Amino acid sequence: MKFFKLCVVAVAVLVLVTASLAMAGETLDAVKKRGYLIAGVNGGVFGFSMPDDKGVWKGLDVDTARAFAAAVFGDASKVKYVPLTAVQRLPALQAKEIDVLCRNTTQTLTRETANGLNFVQVNFYDGQGFLAPKKLGIKKAQDMDGATVCVLPGTTTELNVADFYRANNMQWKPVVIEQTAELSKAFFAGRCDLLTSDLSQLAAHRAVAPNPAEYVLLPIVISKEPLAPVVRHGDDQWYDIVNWSVMALIQAEELGINSNNVHIMLKNKNPRVQRFLGVIPGMGKNLGLDDEWAYNIIKQVGNYGEIFERNVGVNTALGLERGLNAQWLKGGLMYSAPFR
Amino acid sequence: MVDSSQSIQSEQLKPPITRIGVIGWVHANLFSSVFNSFLTIVTLYFLWKIVPAFVRWAFIDSSWNTTGAACRAAGGACWSIVAKNFRFIIFGFFPYESHWRPLLAMIILFTLLFISRNRRYWKKWLGYVWLSGLFVMGLLLKGGLFGLPPVESTKWSGLPLTLLLSVFGLTAAYPLGVLLALGRQSRMPAIKSLCIVYIETIRGVPLISLLFMSSVMFPLFLPEGITINNILRAQVAIILFTAAYIAEVVRGGLQAISRGQYEAAESLGLNYYQKMRLIILPQALKIVIPPSVGILISAFKDTSLVVIIGLFDLLKTTQATLSDPRWMGFSVEAYIFIALIYFAGCFSMSSYSRRLERELYRGT
Repeated sequence: MKFFKLCVVAVAVLVLVTASLAMAGETLDAVKKRGYLIAGVNGGVFGFSMPDDKGVWKGLDVDTARAFAAAVFGDASKVKYVPLTAVQRLPALQAKEIDVLCRNTTQTLTRETANGLNFVQVNFYDGQGFLAPKKLGIKKAQDMDGATVCVLPGTTTELNVADFYRANNMQWKPVVIEQTAELSKAFFAGRCDLLTSDLSQLAAHRAVAPNPAEYVLLPIVISKEPLAPVVRHGDDQWYDIVNWSVMALIQAEELGINSNNVHIMLKNKNPRVQRFLGVIPGMGKNLGLDDEWAYNIIKQVGNYGEIFERNVGVNTALGLERGLNAQWLKGGLMYSAPFR
Repeated sequence: MVDSSQSIQSEQLKPPITRIGVIGWVHANLFSSVFNSFLTIVTLYFLWKIVPAFVRWAFIDSSWNTTGAACRAAGGACWSIVAKNFRFIIFGFFPYESHWRPLLAMIILFTLLFISRNRRYWKKWLGYVWLSGLFVMGLLLKGGLFGLPPVESTKWSGLPLTLLLSVFGLTAAYPLGVLLALGRQSRMPAIKSLCIVYIETIRGVPLISLLFMSSVMFPLFLPEGITINNILRAQVAIILFTAAYIAEVVRGGLQAISRGQYEAAESLGLNYYQKMRLIILPQALKIVIPPSVGILISAFKDTSLVVIIGLFDLLKTTQATLSDPRWMGFSVEAYIFIALIYFAGCFSMSSYSRRLERELYRGT
């Protein structure tokens, strides 16, 4: 019995000690020692993170993770992707199974505080909207009273619709369907009047309609969904690296630097460009990286605009406009703090 | 005389045409009563409604090797979703140029299973063949030796992952289940209560909750820097779960053996191990073939639950394909395809178990 008690105490002490060991620099050291970055991704959202037909990961979240690897190793391919479900994602980060979570996760107060996580610079501003048949003629929120709404279960999507209808004092009937593919099928078969989902997904749903021209995206957005990469509390250096890597993607677009012209830009006389690309040294050292970190990101992954157009832009199956995700100078929210 | 004339007459008289041949068979089997006639007509009506429409959808109007857009235009079944994404659905993330490795591993596995069907080969050498086969398969998947580039276990996905989870899950769960059943019958109170607690706890929770615990909660208890492979955790959860069910089935078999058998074995001077090994278990396990195959089949299908912990088994690679906007909406075709794969697995298990039963009952 004494031995048993001793064991319990020993385990408790061990857990406490290891839990408090989250020191600055720890994650970076672990990543460098391991030789690759481990990123948690979704795995089932086209345009954000999904394997293609050869099993190669593609998407905006995937490219963001590649940017982190380019910053740390100078090699964007040194990433191991771990597909996670909505339930798994936060525990997996807390249990240090992954270094960073790039899984279209909405920044909220609870997640930052109670879950002990830090969201970095947003890499996609999403929001929840509705897809409706044109013939219903819906113009404003009041036209949506009494509608049946096709919705995915579990996530905040369902709660947002409920909040929206309650706030407007209207009635609705949910049709809850587990799978994304089945959801759009049910909607186009006429099982519900409206289909609700994140704006980034609604366009894809409309694209597979038997007759896409018969459906419209309603101009009603009922939630804010700032999607950002996530790291653990307690390792500020790692937070800085992840945060400023996303910033670098945005800053490069603002400065007009892309993957094609980045080596020419090295000769640019603009001091902002020179500081950014490490021609004037200093920025990398402050992060604990080498001074070519931003150059490597842009060279291998591209700037934010390139990533956006490649994965979700107007020429892809999602066909999204920049909208909120345009540069601040063009009326969007993508705004990087200065590199100096 | 009377006898012979009767026999001649009976040879000449044929039964009425409605009692023999096709008509007779139809009459006897399909229209023997009013109710049966009614059932036949209803069934025929539904077949007439369904079969031509299905054939039209699945074969005549179908597209076999086109793009998603062309499928939508054609209107019929879109088998192209399977044809175009075949390698991803089957092999998942395994490096594209190395797909021959899991393919070869699966061929070895099927060959081994095929050889093992025959009970005459159940000798020592088959065990060695299996061991070396498992080694080769592991080497093919994992790599890192003999010039094969190493492949992370996180990239094991698709059909090889499903087979890995099922084959190891079932082969490890069965002996464990037998041990648990024996433990529950044991006269030693510690072992007995331990087994009862284990079996009842595991049977009291659904497999999904075990998988969740293994993938979400368990890592939080591990010390710093130690992570256990996700596949291994799911594998252990499946083994533990299936073993508890096997244990109860085997216990049923043990209880069906009459006391006389136990006593006869003891009076021969056999010890516990010999008694179980030579007398009791061979009889008990034979009795419980049908229910244990039932459990093995359901365990095989249950491996698809690893979808919820983010492992890309056969079902999940299919779902990933379905969330691609180019192929969205052709879920029926894709699900039919993997249903056929699962059916092939389950059906061969059940038909083999029937054959085994026949052989064993003839043999005794």
